[in-house]
Amino acid sequence: MPARSIGQEFTKGLWSENPVFRQLLGLCPTLAVTGWVINGLAMGLATSFVLIFSSLVVSIIKKLIPSQVRIASYIVIIATFVTVADRFLAAYFPDISKDLGPYVPLIVVNCIILGRQEAFSSKNSVGRSLIDALGMSSGFVLALLVLSSIREILGSGTYLGHQVMGSWFKPWIIMILPAGAFLALGILLGIALQIEKKTKSRV
Amino acid sequence: MELVAIFISAILVNNFVLYYFLGICPFLGVSKKIDSAVSMGLAVTFVMTITAVVSWAINNWILIPYGLDYLKIVSFILVIASLVQLVEMFIRKVSPPLYQALGIYLPLITTNCAIMGLALLAALREYGFTEAVVFGIGSGLGFTLAIILMAGIREQLDLADVPEPLKGAGISLIVAGIMALAFMGFIGMIK
Repeated sequence: MPARSIGQEFTKGLWSENPVFRQLLGLCPTLAVTGWVINGLAMGLATSFVLIFSSLVVSIIKKLIPSQVRIASYIVIIATFVTVADRFLAAYFPDISKDLGPYVPLIVVNCIILGRQEAFSSKNSVGRSLIDALGMSSGFVLALLVLSSIREILGSGTYLGHQVMGSWFKPWIIMILPAGAFLALGILLGIALQIEKKTKSRV
Repeated sequence: MELVAIFISAILVNNFVLYYFLGICPFLGVSKKIDSAVSMGLAVTFVMTITAVVSWAINNWILIPYGLDYLKIVSFILVIASLVQLVEMFIRKVSPPLYQALGIYLPLITTNCAIMGLALLAALREYGFTEAVVFGIGSGLGFTLAIILMAGIREQLDLADVPEPLKGAGISLIVAGIMALAFMGFIGMIK
């Protein structure tokens, strides 16, 4: 891997290695919680919190972990921060916590987080791991925001609970149903690939 | 009657893949050939059933009596990880042909969110022992059904003329969306 500048380390998470659109990681929460923008945002922030702090801890103690048990150790670290996030949401935002249901505890099996520990934090310095985690989190939040915005506007004609479409608008119920999540993400992936191809051919 | 309702709803109405979006990674990753989809489905069903039993025992015998509810996430994930390892060693010893058939799919199951989701959902709904087991088997069969259908469609898709950017994951997700629409027709079956 060629050495990247700090800036590139951050921006790669936004587009060229975007966890959702480019790497197809963490699709379960991406599909499940994006019916409303507020839920998508909460999910994105909770996942970011877990990812950033897990990366920080893993990169600090990477020399102490024997390589045979590294996966188990990462999982315990991740699970600890997920518990913190889960309790925090339940205490301060009980409504959102109820809406998200089992998907908050399920952050623990989100492949983005374990993937970054294995692929990046266990090999890089604390600073770089932190930047990488910040970039990946932003990419994930971005993807959730795009998908949940499309689904909420088309599916219920609102944005963050406020009416944005006129009274002529008939909500596309399908968009807030599971089927709409699959369809919207499938089309978005196609668009992302097309944009990627266009920018590549220009260079 | 209650048990039948849980079983049917886990397979068809609240299908793990198409309704809860759990287990999307293997659903997209291992659905290129029907053979491997069948193996993956069987492996998941197998592990899900055992997970339902073990996580129920841990939740009701250890976590709840001692007020350790907040350790649920940590203990479930550790149990699942070690369980998969154990099952793998056990099958290798007892039935080498089955081990050959399941092959690499067993270790992959640890990171399958459907397993963790099963343990969490069963705990959330406060299922009794029999209900949890029936829920585990039903969810596994539901996953198997979805992944086999998907593999069948994708084998045909290879021959179809798909627009370039949608090839691969894009078209698979759209197909999954249409399947989810079809499965919505089952909602009327359960009150």
